[in-house]
Amino acid sequence: MSHTITIADYGVGNLYSVRSALEHCGATPIMAKTYDEVLAADRLLLPGVGAFGDSMKGMHRTGMFDAVRDFAAKDRPLLGICLGMQMLLSDSVEFGLNAGLDLIPGHVQLIPETSKSGTPHRIPHVGWAPIFSPPENAGWGTDLLKGISQQTAFYFVHSYHSVPDQPSHLIASCDYDGQSLGAVVQNGSIFGCQFHPEKSASAGLTVIKNFLNL
Amino acid sequence: MAFLRIVARLDVKGANLIKGVHLEGLRVIGDPNEYAKKYYADGVDEIIYMDTVASLYGRNNLTDVVRRTVHDVFVPITVGGGIRSVEDAQEILRSGADKVAINTAATSNPQLLSDVAQRFGAQCLVLSIEAKQQNDGSWEAFCDNGRERTGLDVIEWAKRGTELGAGEILLTSIDREGTRKGFDLELLKAVSESVSVPVIASGGMGSMDHFAQAVHQGGADAVAMADIIHYDRMQLSEIRTSATDMNLNVRIL
Repeated sequence: MSHTITIADYGVGNLYSVRSALEHCGATPIMAKTYDEVLAADRLLLPGVGAFGDSMKGMHRTGMFDAVRDFAAKDRPLLGICLGMQMLLSDSVEFGLNAGLDLIPGHVQLIPETSKSGTPHRIPHVGWAPIFSPPENAGWGTDLLKGISQQTAFYFVHSYHSVPDQPSHLIASCDYDGQSLGAVVQNGSIFGCQFHPEKSASAGLTVIKNFLNL
Repeated sequence: MAFLRIVARLDVKGANLIKGVHLEGLRVIGDPNEYAKKYYADGVDEIIYMDTVASLYGRNNLTDVVRRTVHDVFVPITVGGGIRSVEDAQEILRSGADKVAINTAATSNPQLLSDVAQRFGAQCLVLSIEAKQQNDGSWEAFCDNGRERTGLDVIEWAKRGTELGAGEILLTSIDREGTRKGFDLELLKAVSESVSVPVIASGGMGSMDHFAQAVHQGGADAVAMADIIHYDRMQLSEIRTSATDMNLNVRIL
């Protein structure tokens, strides 16, 4: 595989692991700082670390907000990872209500504060968790999740999770103490994964390769 | 319930993976990167790198090791040893680590825990505690890789450290470390019952029974192993299969 992949650079810090994983999968990552660089991409990765509001400010300040939205309108593959996924939605309640990119209608909410049986559990949710198709959405195993079996574990680190308005946009949920959290979203060629594919061993690399092959 | 994590612990001195007994008498094992790659291929859930001489020399030398590791190893990596400031933590995280483990600097400056947690999040911060049992049955926290006393009671320190923002505790029993005699279960139980964050049991694993005891009796959320895998006494794949057979809730590959 020899694919170029463009990473939207809006000032987010640590990308070394993501870049290493992309290179390991045979891709050449390019950092895009300008509108034109983003629009010239074959496929775009939207990384994310930190808080939603701060990151959206960074997106606006660097011009990446318009760039990513206009790129998405061209029907080329876009993948948001972790906070990058959450930013694809309409808004988030993290540290007050902040608007997102609104490419996938829906809301980013705090992870339920208890397990399904009602006992308090830890937030952030950190660790390996199995993913599965939500009951409202029977589709599985295409595009980003091609070759991934139901209940495969991925590595998560998050306090908030994505709840798309349309059930068809939620491709996979993960289980956290019996609570279902948004794990993978898709709207056409726009994808998001809450887990860190670059830290999810071979399953994560499969997801990256799938994206590179879209 | 979250998966129990199988963690490979790699103690590093200079350019070498080393292993000691009671954190002393260190023997060279080999190239840490090669071992990390092997453990990744064998399905490890997480890797811990500990620079064993960093506190002594005042700096962590693992950034190069970590940078090389993240080219081939795609699971979370925790790095400890000699982290004295938010800037030190940032440098380690920038090199591709997911979490930093802090011991020595926090025992003299607990505020460092809050500072790192506030800057990078509690999920990035592991409080490393090296515990040694005292004559009265309590445990004292040691620093500088088990060389120096701190005067801190382990249970009190674990509680305080998590209040200050540590998202996880790496609990090493100096008494059991490198002995293959099993984890200090009383210590593990006392700490895991005192805090609400995950506790990684470290020091003493010699068999699968020890693994099961750490979980069932000690309340461990993760089990760190070194000796048993470094010396090929068991393969990680075998450990995972055995754990599944023993109804321990580990990730299925």
